[in-house]
Amino acid sequence: MEKTVNHKAWFLVLPVLVLVAFSAVIPLMTVVNYSVQDTFGNNVFFWAGLEWFQQVLASPRIHDALMRQILFSAIILAIEVPLGIFVALNMPKRGFWASLCLVLMALPLLIPWNVVGTIWQIFGRVDIGLLGHTLAKLGISYNYTANAFDAWVTVIVMDVWHWTSLVALLAYAGLQSIPDAYYQAAKIDQASRWKVFRYIELPKMQGVLLIAILLRFMDSFMIYTEPFVVTGGGPGNATTFLSIDLVKMAIGQFDLGPAAAFSIMYFLVILLISWVFYTVMTNLDKREGI
Amino acid sequence: MARITLSNLAHSYLPHPKGPEDFALKQMDHVWEDGGAYALLGSSGCGKTTLLNIISGLLRPSQGRVLFGDRDVTDAPTAERNIAQVFQFPVVYDTMSVRDNLAFPLRNRRMDAAYIRARVEAIGRMIGMEAVLDRKARGLTADAKQKISLGRGMVREDVNAILFDEPLTVIDPHMKWELRTQLKTLHRELSHTMIYVTHDQTEALTFADKVVVMYDGRVVQMGTPQELFETPAHTFVGYFIGSPGMNLLDARIEGNVAHVEGCAVPLGAGYGPVGGRAQIGIRPEFARLTSAEGLPVRLRRVEDVGRHKIVRAEFFGREINIIAEEGAGIGPDMTRVAFRPDKINVYSDDWRVAPAGRLGEAA
Repeated sequence: MEKTVNHKAWFLVLPVLVLVAFSAVIPLMTVVNYSVQDTFGNNVFFWAGLEWFQQVLASPRIHDALMRQILFSAIILAIEVPLGIFVALNMPKRGFWASLCLVLMALPLLIPWNVVGTIWQIFGRVDIGLLGHTLAKLGISYNYTANAFDAWVTVIVMDVWHWTSLVALLAYAGLQSIPDAYYQAAKIDQASRWKVFRYIELPKMQGVLLIAILLRFMDSFMIYTEPFVVTGGGPGNATTFLSIDLVKMAIGQFDLGPAAAFSIMYFLVILLISWVFYTVMTNLDKREGI
Repeated sequence: MARITLSNLAHSYLPHPKGPEDFALKQMDHVWEDGGAYALLGSSGCGKTTLLNIISGLLRPSQGRVLFGDRDVTDAPTAERNIAQVFQFPVVYDTMSVRDNLAFPLRNRRMDAAYIRARVEAIGRMIGMEAVLDRKARGLTADAKQKISLGRGMVREDVNAILFDEPLTVIDPHMKWELRTQLKTLHRELSHTMIYVTHDQTEALTFADKVVVMYDGRVVQMGTPQELFETPAHTFVGYFIGSPGMNLLDARIEGNVAHVEGCAVPLGAGYGPVGGRAQIGIRPEFARLTSAEGLPVRLRRVEDVGRHKIVRAEFFGREINIIAEEGAGIGPDMTRVAFRPDKINVYSDDWRVAPAGRLGEAA
């Protein structure tokens, strides 16, 4: 059937175009604008070309923040994904306890970031915090405000506490979708527990696990509030991750040019990685559809 | 290989069953002979799968024992029972190749690699998948996956029994026929005990030497297809097997005559007093339309199904089905239906009553 060509139809998408332009395109373009210009005040701008980009790319400070960021994301993924799967495998399948577990697991996910930060900030304090004080009483030297390692441990444990539930709940959903017949067939085939996990549970969880990894990667790569509240990026720069550094640069130092160049590259990195994930996932789907 | 004995067996899914209605499987005693091909037939929810899962050990019965040969396996786990089972919906290991899927049960039992290779090739040929053995199982069609499941069920030669739980539900009709024939061939070759659950009577009757009909958690009859057809032990068997099922009419039995709504119907044998709700049952195949003798009926419609005609008639508000031969004429004056006396069965509260003696012997 031939389609009717009527260019007036474009007017129908005009409202949404205006809305998107106003809320997304124009603010983004402002950032782009800042990233290629310099100003000495009074709203007078000079063309700066790619200077800010070169400066950011060459900055050891940002290199360090990037390394810390990658390390952080790698560590929390390495802990949260296996731990989440482990928790999901051991959760009751049905009944009262299953519901109770689900509610308890969902609780940390409902707490706002800055509240989580505050909880851990106080929890870890040596003078009044339950954890910090107990550790001090036990003779274990722990001080997240002074010791970089302690600060890292605190931030990582906090993230694991906050977000492992997400991985566990997604993995649990994946497990619940496996029909009983698979487990029965595995029994008939005399598969070991490990083989049941390797050949039944893991493949069936693959889809949700990819989503979990993607979400946790993006979230942890952009983490700001929690470490900011707990450590403020310290001690020194020990827990200054990319977004903390970015805010310092943009709002603390008011270096809008470099900060704009920085955020654009930050955005592109996340976009790139998300694209890679997306491609991997759709390819898996395609393989399934052969 | 072993004879399977179910002794005093019953199962309830409730932890504390009270009355018989709480039992998915009512108390039963049955023996399944070694090497037999059995079909377990019944409508959905009658306990077929429960019984199968008890035999394979996926379910522990609430009471009674299961014996393989002389060994009590009631508490033995599935692995020890050495049973193969094929489920209603395909179960394949997605990330493995077809070959690895078929080899999986053998590898788990640490069989010799060369043997596994040869055996997998043989099974691959049997299920018609030798060309795709090295493909990943993921992405195959549902019936290809089910063929893999069937193959995995048949790959072990030393099993005590192979259980099939409606295995051909997802297979298309043409392939169904072929696979069923292959299963039969396989049964003849290896003479494993095979138990085949289905709700399709054609499937049951063509596959099995003995058909076990279940109804409401009970085995109501275990017999050859011919026995089920000619002497259904329970009205459910009469109704469930045959197309259309057996005609049932409330009757009063007196010796060798049944009185149905005031009409006398001669029976092929004499009966003693029949208690409870007495009924006579006659298969449509053994009823014919006449103009002179038999019960007066009103014809409702005639369905031509090709090989024969099905006549739907009404007798005092009850439907009576008659199968008329292809060439048999049906005239407007044929308003009566006659039954072959020797093919009439008598039921008391749904269970068949054995005749006191054949006509002639009775005297």
